[in-house]
Amino acid sequence: MAGEQGGSEDGQGAARAVARRSAVRSLVRLWPYVRPVSARLFGSAGVAVTASCLALLIPLVLKWMVDGPVAHRDPSGVWLGGGLVLLLGLLEAGLFGVRRWLIARPMAGLEARMRADLYRHLQRLPVAFHDRWGSGQLLSRGTNDLQILRMFLSFPMVFLVVNSSTVLVGFAILLVQRWSLGLMLLVPVVPLVLLCSYFESRYALASRRAQDQTGDLTTLVEESVLGIRIIKAFGRHRSQAEAFRRESHALRGTELRKARLLADLWALITAVPDVALGVALVVGAVQVADDRLSAGTLVAFLSTALALRWPVESLGWLLSMSNEAATAADRYFEVMDTGLPSETAPEPERPDADRPDADRTVRGQDGIRFSGVRFRYPDAPDGTADLLTGIDLHIPTGETLALVGATGSGKTSLTALIPRLYEATAGRITLDGADTARLTREQLRGMVSIAFEEPTLFSASVRDNVLMGAPGASDADLRWALETAQCGFVDALPHGVDTQVGEQGLSLSGGQRQRLALARAVVGRPRFLVLDDPLSALDVHTEALVEGALREVLATTTALVVAHRPSTVLLADRVALLSGGRITAVGTHHQLLADCPEYHHLMSGDTDERSAA
Amino acid sequence: MTTLADRPVDGSDEPGADPPEPARQKSDPYDRDVLPTPKGATRALLRELLRPYRARVWLAAVVLVVQQAAVQVGPLIVAYAIDRAIPALRAHDKGPLIATAVGYLGCALLAGVLQRAFIRLSGTVSQDVLLDLRGRIFRHAQALGLDFHERYTSGRIIARATSDVESFRELLSEGMQELFDVALSVLYIGLVLLYLDWALGLFALATALPLAWVMRSFHRRSRRVYTRRSAAIASVIVRFTETMNGIRPVQAFRRERDNDAAFAELNRTHERANGDAIVEMGRFNVTSWLIANTSVALVVLWGGYRVASGSLELGVLAAFVLYLRRLYGPIDPLGMFLNSWQSAAASLEKIAGLLAQRPSVPEPARPRALPVQSGDRPGRTVAFEGVRFGYRTGGEVLPRFDLSIPAGQTVAVVGATGAGKSTLAKLLCRFYDPTGGRVTLDGVDLRELTVPELRRGVVMVTQESFLFSGTVAENISLGNPDATAAEMETAAKAIGAHDFIAALPDGYDTDVRKRGGRISAGQRQLVAFARALLADPAVLVLDEATSSLDVPSERAVQQAMDTVLHGRTAVIIAHRLSTVEIADRVLVMESGRVVEDGTPAELIDGSGRFAHLHQAWRDSLV
Repeated sequence: MAGEQGGSEDGQGAARAVARRSAVRSLVRLWPYVRPVSARLFGSAGVAVTASCLALLIPLVLKWMVDGPVAHRDPSGVWLGGGLVLLLGLLEAGLFGVRRWLIARPMAGLEARMRADLYRHLQRLPVAFHDRWGSGQLLSRGTNDLQILRMFLSFPMVFLVVNSSTVLVGFAILLVQRWSLGLMLLVPVVPLVLLCSYFESRYALASRRAQDQTGDLTTLVEESVLGIRIIKAFGRHRSQAEAFRRESHALRGTELRKARLLADLWALITAVPDVALGVALVVGAVQVADDRLSAGTLVAFLSTALALRWPVESLGWLLSMSNEAATAADRYFEVMDTGLPSETAPEPERPDADRPDADRTVRGQDGIRFSGVRFRYPDAPDGTADLLTGIDLHIPTGETLALVGATGSGKTSLTALIPRLYEATAGRITLDGADTARLTREQLRGMVSIAFEEPTLFSASVRDNVLMGAPGASDADLRWALETAQCGFVDALPHGVDTQVGEQGLSLSGGQRQRLALARAVVGRPRFLVLDDPLSALDVHTEALVEGALREVLATTTALVVAHRPSTVLLADRVALLSGGRITAVGTHHQLLADCPEYHHLMSGDTDERSAA
Repeated sequence: MTTLADRPVDGSDEPGADPPEPARQKSDPYDRDVLPTPKGATRALLRELLRPYRARVWLAAVVLVVQQAAVQVGPLIVAYAIDRAIPALRAHDKGPLIATAVGYLGCALLAGVLQRAFIRLSGTVSQDVLLDLRGRIFRHAQALGLDFHERYTSGRIIARATSDVESFRELLSEGMQELFDVALSVLYIGLVLLYLDWALGLFALATALPLAWVMRSFHRRSRRVYTRRSAAIASVIVRFTETMNGIRPVQAFRRERDNDAAFAELNRTHERANGDAIVEMGRFNVTSWLIANTSVALVVLWGGYRVASGSLELGVLAAFVLYLRRLYGPIDPLGMFLNSWQSAAASLEKIAGLLAQRPSVPEPARPRALPVQSGDRPGRTVAFEGVRFGYRTGGEVLPRFDLSIPAGQTVAVVGATGAGKSTLAKLLCRFYDPTGGRVTLDGVDLRELTVPELRRGVVMVTQESFLFSGTVAENISLGNPDATAAEMETAAKAIGAHDFIAALPDGYDTDVRKRGGRISAGQRQLVAFARALLADPAVLVLDEATSSLDVPSERAVQQAMDTVLHGRTAVIIAHRLSTVEIADRVLVMESGRVVEDGTPAELIDGSGRFAHLHQAWRDSLV
């Protein structure tokens, strides 16, 4: 269901086409997941083989009946034969039941285990990874691909074994009974299987193409829904519908190609074995007429041949399912193989790592300190300059510093470095003297709280959304945080703080979401607080109220506040100006207004030095 | 002041009556993803979809009837060969054997050819139906009003257009032939068996009764378990997507471990339901195979007894055994078909529910054109005449509203959250229709304008600035697809967006979703402005469109606006009072009413709310 978009996907597609990976090798990687259930899996395969062979015995019993008791008019022998057929039939059905019972729940468990591992892994991969991979891409790995793998393990894999052995045993029986007739049936099998796998591989190509096109179509639908306000504001329904029509026609073309391939394939599958069977029937009839063959053998022969039809036909299909499963396994492990970043940086490598004692002495007093911090996005094209080119900045304990800079100057990126959502490319950031790179993320993120510019709420109650900032906080803390962020609207919601919000709950306005995100950031009364333009979506009235309450919170913590406007800047004790990847000025609002033309320009918009931004 | 939600809030109709135990708002059909679907809408939709292809559907049916006949006649020929051709051959009559050969081979080839024809035919029909259905959903979702979109959520519409269509596709491409094959083969085989030997035939067909019963009970039981499973996987998907989309807060607030636990719970529920579903399917298969194999054995027993006692021919018995295996052959696919039928039926019902929604803002039946403008001023007169408006769930947002904006005037609207500013803007853009009164453009009711006419008249720049995948240039030219590259660049320059766009890796051709295309919130707003400039409307509505801009960018936008808005009518919803400076007139709104109205200078010099606000704002400035 995912949109196949993003550069990484294109690259992978190409790589996949060039270097055909071995399907077997991909599937062998599933072993760690299969091992706990391997006994049952092998058991089920054994049971299935037995069941299929039992089914092949039924025609032999028929033959014995026809040539023996029936030919000799011996009704009691018929009873014996009929009883045997019944017994074999019941055994076959029962064993297939046992097979399913053996693996049903273990396979569901295997799928769940793989999904849990994927989810666990993804949550811990760096944000940069998620920038590259759309959630749809990841989701299709966590759902479709895992379903394909479960299906493969519980069905095609077992039946590849079962049907191959059934075919072998069946043809052995045919050849033993009448090798000439058996050969007649055997002749078309090899070209049939080859043709099937040829068609299946072309079909798989067309399928992949159809999947890609479906993905594009999904992207179009997603965007047309997410951007519905813009489309409506500009009356662009028709051009959107036109784009949709084009892409869905392309998809239809591919689907029709699939149908044509399928049609040819099935024409072969339907006609070829029957032609062979027809020839065998005629030749067999002649032999029976010449008394070179018993009538019972002919009946047994034909019913054996018929019983073998499905196993033969299915081989090509099973092979293509295996291919598909191998692709699914590749897609799954592609993500799982992405290494988690190491928790802490190795000891040396940092410029001022030679003063470990100094670290300790200032601990608890030093606030936030950036020294020589450089940063570029991991996916930035080669040749572009670093976004941050040497940040030196100190926010003493208890101080609130406003970070000001032109649109696109890297303010948000700088804030993301503190809780290590992105890793600085060089330099170091210390919190009360502790190098953030040497803290575990767990420790670090326990110290820092952050409110993002684009507030995200999860499908949970307002309470849970806010309290995720401070697990275990009391109701009083919750109240306090909501009041601080002026979230009075919460009480007007249908169930107050227990109202479900997020994608599956109530939709709140941008301003309301932003205030809840602010409440989340302050609820734990964190030692270090990072606010990224926390008031941008608020109107002047609300902004003034939030500012008043926020001031009290800021007085008790060390904070970095990204600010666009004077009113937000006034929350801070001092201001730092970010320009050209560096901090070019630090001072109080009034100092900078007086001394720094660029700052003056950013705050007032006057002056004609627009080029400074 | 902020107790009134500034956007419609689902189910907020009785804020005072909180039940003690918080639960999902079960009363609202939107929450349960169940839209009021008229009875029979699903059937009607299916009929309507198939109607244009009636001829081809019938043709496909005929092809399949003949094809199945060719397939099912095989064992009959075997019986003929054993009972007639062999004795004839013994009597040196080769005729029956030749007939056998020709018949068997002919049928084999015919079956193959017709199979091919049928797959092609049904493939075309089902693809055409799907094309039609996808298009309908897409166009319908686009036509539905914003009020619907805000309540139904994007995820559900996307699910309708993708996974629900997909399950219908699976039914069409894989299930349908299965069903007809089964029906026809049961029919043919039944007839042949009765013809061969009515007593044995009747007996064989009687075994279909317990089989039908097993199928029915499976159908009933599996519906429950499959519903459970699809609900379970849906929660897994929601959790998964939400975590990945919100990975920044997830990591920043160390939610990983709690999420693992919560996800494990959902995953376990799904695992259980999934296991139940597989077991249910297994139970169906085993029971039906037990019945099938038992009846084969009984036919063999009785038939063998009768052959032995001379009242049945051997060939007939052979044919019976061959036919019975065929009769029971499709049991496994039939189980799968029942599943895909169920999920497709559920999906189609949801789709029908979506399609049954009537757009709240319909296109006019008899459209009127806007009057031709006199002179060179592009602006038009806007009037709200006795307009009342309330969201479906809340009270009235605009109690009764009258406002006239002369052509060419720039009006700034200020007021607290929930005062009705955004509602005013949305009514003016006809995102909603008023519940009473009318909104006019040069005297023409907005409801009488076609979409293209309306959008030449009014265009809005919203606070949220979503970018579509594609290049920056494509995103800007959405405002006017016919504009030249030079016109687009002029618009970008006018608004101050050119500099940052030129600095992107591929300039205007940078793909906003690809590497290096990272565009900040403020920059996205500039793109949205450039788009609006390019659209060149008579009335421009700006809804808090500069919230993420820094002061210089905002200033640049305002300077551009000064020239751009010249002669145009403009309504600016402002969070920030800086915007007010370019306005000719300021409206202060409170609880859906205009409480102050005048030029900025008048209001600032007065002693009203605006003067007070403005003073506070001045103080915060430099």
